[in-house]
Amino acid sequence: MNGRRSDETVEQVRPGTAHRERDAAVTTAATDAARIEGLLPSQTPLQLIDPQGRPTAGHGALPPPEALRRLYRDMVVGRRFDTQATALTKQGRLAVYPSSRGQEACEVGAALAMREQDWLFPTYRDSVAIVSRSVDPIEVLCLLRGEWHCGYDPYEHRVAPQCTPLATNTLHAVGLAHAARLKGEDTIAVVLLGDGASSEGDTHEALNFAGVWNAPVVFLVQNNGYAISVPLAKQTAAPSLAYKGIGYGVRSVLIDGNDPAVVYASVREAVEGAAAGGGPTLIEAITYRMEAHTNADDASRYRADAEVQRWLARDPLTRLETYLREHDLLDDERAAAVQAEAEEFAASVRERMNQDDELDPAELFEHVYARPTAQLVAQRQELLAELGNQEDA
Amino acid sequence: MAGALNAALADALADDPRVLVFGEDVAALGGVFRVTDGLAQRFGETRVFDTPLAESGIVGTAIGMAMNGLVPVVEMQFDAFAYPAFEQITSHLAKLHNRTRGKVALPVVVRVPFGGGIGGVEHHCDSSEAYYTHTPGLRVVAPGTPADAYLLLRQAIACPDPVIFLEPKRRYWSRESAELTTNGPGIDSAAIRRAGTDVTLIGYGGTVGTVLDAAEAATAEGWDVEVIDLRSLSPFDDATVSASVRRTGRAVVVHEASRFGGYGAEVVARLTEQCFHYLQAPILRVTGLDIPYPPPKLEQHHLPDVDRILDAIARLQWDDHV
Ligand SMILES: Cc1ncc(C[n+]2csc(CCOP(=O)(O)OP(=O)(O)O)c2C)c(N)n1
Repeated sequence: MNGRRSDETVEQVRPGTAHRERDAAVTTAATDAARIEGLLPSQTPLQLIDPQGRPTAGHGALPPPEALRRLYRDMVVGRRFDTQATALTKQGRLAVYPSSRGQEACEVGAALAMREQDWLFPTYRDSVAIVSRSVDPIEVLCLLRGEWHCGYDPYEHRVAPQCTPLATNTLHAVGLAHAARLKGEDTIAVVLLGDGASSEGDTHEALNFAGVWNAPVVFLVQNNGYAISVPLAKQTAAPSLAYKGIGYGVRSVLIDGNDPAVVYASVREAVEGAAAGGGPTLIEAITYRMEAHTNADDASRYRADAEVQRWLARDPLTRLETYLREHDLLDDERAAAVQAEAEEFAASVRERMNQDDELDPAELFEHVYARPTAQLVAQRQELLAELGNQEDA
Repeated sequence: MAGALNAALADALADDPRVLVFGEDVAALGGVFRVTDGLAQRFGETRVFDTPLAESGIVGTAIGMAMNGLVPVVEMQFDAFAYPAFEQITSHLAKLHNRTRGKVALPVVVRVPFGGGIGGVEHHCDSSEAYYTHTPGLRVVAPGTPADAYLLLRQAIACPDPVIFLEPKRRYWSRESAELTTNGPGIDSAAIRRAGTDVTLIGYGGTVGTVLDAAEAATAEGWDVEVIDLRSLSPFDDATVSASVRRTGRAVVVHEASRFGGYGAEVVARLTEQCFHYLQAPILRVTGLDIPYPPPKLEQHHLPDVDRILDAIARLQWDDHV
């Protein structure tokens, strides 16, 4: 793929190496140029399947058919899950839901490209990626349902809690991945962030640390065009967000984020590169958020309907479906089976979400410290007495 | 209240060409709470504009603009999302005036929607006032009513010092009609919202409404309650508050933030120092629990409510009650 490296170039562009050379004042203009070349993203987004479902020439090999079929299945299920979650907000079952409809290629592509031992660092928007990482959907929705701040065990699934303060997860990913290397573990981290989050100081510090430490991290920026209402043009003057890697010595890749094949292939390549000691990669995926920022947001205030309609034509699901059908990897029967699976998945989410769980207010005091302080024990007793009195009354 | 704040911003922008309003999503969207609704359309995008998503950048550039003669009014989207700007606020916004022996004035207003009670998920409901009030050089104010939201914001913008302007988000949609005027108590003053003789209830921001409700409910129990709305958390209006507590001899401080090391501790300490010989009972605090802000379905257990305030009043060593 364009801008990617063989094992040899990995050696050449490894940031640590180049800096040591520079310290010794032996760097030549020629190696610098090669190094810069190795970091630069392409000027147009890489694509493996175009919006019409046709394979594109010259951008590298498509993922194997089995991977493409799995992508298709998880994207169909993911989309159904997403529309179900949006519906649950209307019934008041969820406090809020940030939809990722339209971004399934990124969500599922990233999750499936990871190896089991790798860690995912998602944001509030990335429920579909977490579902695709096989976390129980009800556990995923726990935060948004308003019952606890994170519903799953991060260690069980190697998925960090969904992060709400923007860009802060980038540094956690770098730290975890670096620790893995120090411990000799074959684990890398994939961190998801948005175009808006790329402006936060933490993103820049994370890229810099990752570069300096040659940390095994993949930064996947889902550039969906808007940070709530603010369009990319007001977010950055950079030619593309992928260029932000260069200044930190981090290899950067610009891809079509609505092409599941290219997302999968790029993340996979970055994961494998990082695992092999090749250091971090920044991937900017150009995509679009079809729904409003959350169910509470009114997108008509800041974007034209015509724009949304234009992106409908770039739907990542139809693109992959067309490709698969034309290459005899999908037929009506299989498509119907996947659709039925998605319906079943949604129905089970719906059903399980319609049950009111008994919440125990005493749990509020449980996890503030490893061992509850005397102060919290007292407050717990006060609260329980108060609730007891209410029941008596 | 959102409407009153919007009117204050509009009037300040109209009156003073040096005033600028900026932050995340304040222009086309009008802010996630619509406080800046219509301002960009009316005053143009050089005066009201969206910034990149970077709180440290927003406050840091506001400092530079103020150093060069402008009056920035910036928006932090939610309380907990102001933390990336903490360095700029505490190390620079609060201190440049002092560091330069008064040469540099920073008339910057940092608007922070604060507190809970809106069913928001984590990081959307913090009460961060203690962090700011602990920082000398900052003024910290919190309106509790729509009329005061207008008045205090106008005063904050006119103030030569940096002001952390805490907006109680659960009051944004309160529908009280109010006359919006710049006549009223000064930016340093507390206000007595209800006169009474038996006990002083002290609240601010989001708890003003709760405290007033509690005062009303307390009459049924035979207590005549005075209610103070602090308005200005820093500086603290010792005169108004201690005069009230000396009159009533009893006080309860109410806030949503956690109790330990919280703002209420400062209030109690000052009142104890100033009113000790007038007190009939220890001053009590009714506050949030000492836990991270809970998930929405459990927030009612954290937030002070009328019952908890009435319980506290009952515990104030009344000979004739109990
Ligand atoms: C530090 C911080 N500031 C502000 C916010 C409020 N906020 C939530 S989402 C959002 C926009 C994020 O845009 P982007 O990074 O592009 O991600 P997207 O929502 O488009 O997936 C903002 C400003 C936040 N969560 N964290």
